[in-house]
Amino acid sequence: MAGPEIIGAGLFCRAGQVQARHIKTEGGRRMAASTDTGVDLRTRLQTWLPKLVLAPSLAIMLVFVYGFIAFTIYLSFTDSRMLPSFGWVGWDNYDRLFRIREWNTALSNLAVFAVLYIGISTLIGLTLAILLDQKIRGEGVLRPIFLYPMALSFIVTGTAWKWFLDPAIGLENTMQLWGWDSFSFTWIKDREMAIYTVVIAAVWQSSGFVMAMFLAGLRGIDNEILKAAQIDGASNWNLYRRIILPQLRPAFLSAFVILSHLAIKSYDLVIALTGGGPGNATALPATFMYSYTFTRNQMGIGAASAVIMLMTIAAIMVPYLYAELKEKK
Amino acid sequence: MTVMKKLHMTAAVLALSTTAVAAQEVEVLHWWTSGGEAAAVGTLRDTLAAGGISWLDMPVAGGGGSDAMTVLRARVTAGDAPTAVQMLGFSIQDWAAEGALANLDALAAEQGWAAVVPAALQRFSTYNGSWVAAPVNVHSTNWVWANTALMAELGISQPTSWEEFVAAMETAKAAGKTALAHGGQAWQEATMFDSMVMGAGGPDFYQAAMVDLDPAALGSDTMVEAFNRMATLRGFVDDNFSGRDWNLATAMVISGDALFQIMGDWAKGEFVNAGMTAGNEFTCFRVPGTEGTVTFNSDQFAMFNVTDPAAQQAQLAMASAVLSPEFQVAFNLVKGSVPARTDIPADQFDMCGQMGMAQLAEAGASGGLFGSMAHGHANPPSVQNAMYDVITAHFNGEYDAATAAAELVTAVEIAQ
Amino acid sequence: MAVASPDTAIRTSRITRVFIYLFLLLFALFYLLPFGIMLVNSLKPLSEITGGNMIALPQDWTIAPWLSAWSTAQIGVEPTGLRPYFVNSLVMAIPAVVLSTMVGALNGYVLTKWQFRGSTIIFGLLLFSCFIPFQIVLIPMARILGLLDIAGSTPGLILVHFVYGIGFTTLYFRNYYAAFPTELVRAAQIDGAGFFQIFWRIMLPSSGPIIAVSFIWQFTNIWNDFLFGASFASGGSAPMTVALNNLVNSSTGVREYNVHFAGAIMAAAPTLLVYIVAGRYFVRGLMAGSVKG
Repeated sequence: MAGPEIIGAGLFCRAGQVQARHIKTEGGRRMAASTDTGVDLRTRLQTWLPKLVLAPSLAIMLVFVYGFIAFTIYLSFTDSRMLPSFGWVGWDNYDRLFRIREWNTALSNLAVFAVLYIGISTLIGLTLAILLDQKIRGEGVLRPIFLYPMALSFIVTGTAWKWFLDPAIGLENTMQLWGWDSFSFTWIKDREMAIYTVVIAAVWQSSGFVMAMFLAGLRGIDNEILKAAQIDGASNWNLYRRIILPQLRPAFLSAFVILSHLAIKSYDLVIALTGGGPGNATALPATFMYSYTFTRNQMGIGAASAVIMLMTIAAIMVPYLYAELKEKK
Repeated sequence: MTVMKKLHMTAAVLALSTTAVAAQEVEVLHWWTSGGEAAAVGTLRDTLAAGGISWLDMPVAGGGGSDAMTVLRARVTAGDAPTAVQMLGFSIQDWAAEGALANLDALAAEQGWAAVVPAALQRFSTYNGSWVAAPVNVHSTNWVWANTALMAELGISQPTSWEEFVAAMETAKAAGKTALAHGGQAWQEATMFDSMVMGAGGPDFYQAAMVDLDPAALGSDTMVEAFNRMATLRGFVDDNFSGRDWNLATAMVISGDALFQIMGDWAKGEFVNAGMTAGNEFTCFRVPGTEGTVTFNSDQFAMFNVTDPAAQQAQLAMASAVLSPEFQVAFNLVKGSVPARTDIPADQFDMCGQMGMAQLAEAGASGGLFGSMAHGHANPPSVQNAMYDVITAHFNGEYDAATAAAELVTAVEIAQ
Repeated sequence: MAVASPDTAIRTSRITRVFIYLFLLLFALFYLLPFGIMLVNSLKPLSEITGGNMIALPQDWTIAPWLSAWSTAQIGVEPTGLRPYFVNSLVMAIPAVVLSTMVGALNGYVLTKWQFRGSTIIFGLLLFSCFIPFQIVLIPMARILGLLDIAGSTPGLILVHFVYGIGFTTLYFRNYYAAFPTELVRAAQIDGAGFFQIFWRIMLPSSGPIIAVSFIWQFTNIWNDFLFGASFASGGSAPMTVALNNLVNSSTGVREYNVHFAGAIMAAAPTLLVYIVAGRYFVRGLMAGSVKG
């Protein structure tokens, strides 16, 4: 290796590598014999450094995520009430869990909510992205307008929509004051329909974000292909269906991950909007878990519900991750 | 203000009697975050400050204390418990069972708490005979609040029986008013349910069903009757009741749009804030069928185990201040509840307050004083919330009365 | 190589364009309406709110609710408004955002340019951590923070947010760096550059957009978090969300809706600012690789 290179490299290297240099330059007499050691050390360091850098994050995950998950799984088999306790009760908590009406409501609500929320957000996000992509003047103004709801905390969103949808003071009242007497929008008070108000508020919050993801995806599509297809006589509709949408597959998958994560974790929004009500009509696993673990002093059952939730998440996410990571070679 | 002077005197006495050093501090977790209560708790802070103890406020609003209880768990698990925590009923017992609460026996003996605090309250302030919490007030939940002007207009006199009560509400409904102002939240329905159970079956039934959780009582015909009465009440609420906050329902009575509200005596504060006086523009009476009984709940400051001796001194000072007659008067005048001490003269309280104090003493003596299920003073949170589920489902029409009673038995069983 | 261009080759007719604009404006209205209502109602005196129509403009414009929410509203025993808690939130959020972004960047770099056996599995493990619900975290984390003696303090809260942000930031940077040409890295290696040199002098300088994405996402989540803030920071160092919750969710007393709305908008102001200022980078950042999977 050239001298200046050694000095230059030495200026930027970490201590270990500098030492490797010293071994090589100190006492040129040793150079012939020690060159091999120096190279080995350097390569070995370069091999280990990435793992060293990644190691803290991995350690943190193992403790704070997987350790906690293991702890929760253990708790679900114990008699924990207010605080963790370690008396073994076997499957008792799971047994009780599936006899609780609210849990079954929560599960079916999650299915309804997740499907509608993810589906509608994706649809709206995609539509808005496609429209915005049409060389719109004022895109710079419209895009932040679509995006900003994501910046609001769920508590703010829930409170604002709770107001807006309340028949006595919100939309219905306003419509009636404006003369439309028969207007009625009491979904938020209706046991059957309340879950759909949660969908509305949640879609409002996130669809702009989904739009941003699709917009970015659209902008990354090669225009040359489109122009070539247009020369061949393809209509706009076909262009979208056959070329553009397939190329957005990664964006679909990313949107799906983000939206499902928000759907599963939605606690603040539901509590602020309906409080889980009317009655328990808008219970979701997240609210159920909180209620049983912290309010009702039935931590064992809460932990069991958490385990079920995690299993559901894993069932959806692991195949996605597998598919996603398999492509990366 | 005489009260303030008295508070300062108390503080001075405290300062003399405790071997306090200025570096004392109490960290208080509570959810009195607005309006009159916050001001009332502020007087406690001032009293302690005058005695050289600083107040580190830790307010966590929401869910009637449920978020505060969650935060408490985190703090205790982290080994960093607050000094004093606002707590209700069985939660105090649960924490005491974990060994997390301090022992206030010496102070209690010195100040003679056992003699002045009603026995039914002591059941929650003590654990295995040792004092662990200082009660602040006694609320009672079997009250009806009424707009007197509307009553006069409709020609209704104060009902003295369940039948008269229903008839009065029929009159109001026929006249186009909302007979019963109600907010459709589980705890509000449960508050009414307390009184329905008491009214349908009397004190013994309440004890058997709500406190002892006897399945026979829970599934009995008397319970079905209680649910039937709930269904009757359901027929008298307006269409928009679902999810309404309790104070908005009180506002309906205040404005004369509604005739009655069944609610605990914290509702009184709303009337007073609207410039009304008890006996004049609004009146209060026990839910017909529950006369002679009082279902209560009591806010208490549970004292947590702290190791620092200075903190322990501060804790004792705070407990002492909480049970001091001056604070009891100052706080309860604002809150609408009655003092936790029975030796307080009633002359400063308004008509409803005086009635409440007298009835509390009477019920305590005659065995008619019971903890309110709806507010965590009859059974543990798991059972209480399980009952909430059934009550609110029934109220919203998911079950008929017979099914509801059966569901109640199942729900209580799962929750234990 | 696809040229990322803001101009699409799709052409549309006049009439279609009118419909497009109409549709977009309709949706803009949908997104703006709730916030607009909150804004309008935060400028009304309370009598107008309880008495009247939510959509109507104030007859009596007043900024008193804003002043109250900022400095005199009752938060617990003290009437301090939200002001003292803003600083707490900033002091807590900024280090957490910066730290998690840095670590995410390094992780993303390692996972894409220095792959080794098992690195994919490690990425999968990191990614799954995005989904852990906070209810599972609360009690065990409290235990650990207690053992480390940082419970109830800002450093403890920073640690919590840092730990649960790593999954997201790693995801963003890893996807971004995956699209980054590896040839440049190999060339630099041949020239003798070391691990950190390559990171510092080659990867980071062109990471602007994805750093913006990571910042925005992390800042929003951390700023808006309530439960961790309430549980792991005690009274004096509580973040602003706890104060806002105390303002809005009090169980008793007169509900001053105008003050609540003013407070909520105030609480959202920093995140809104971040979104508006960094919004351009957001789309660019997403575009430049994280979406391509």
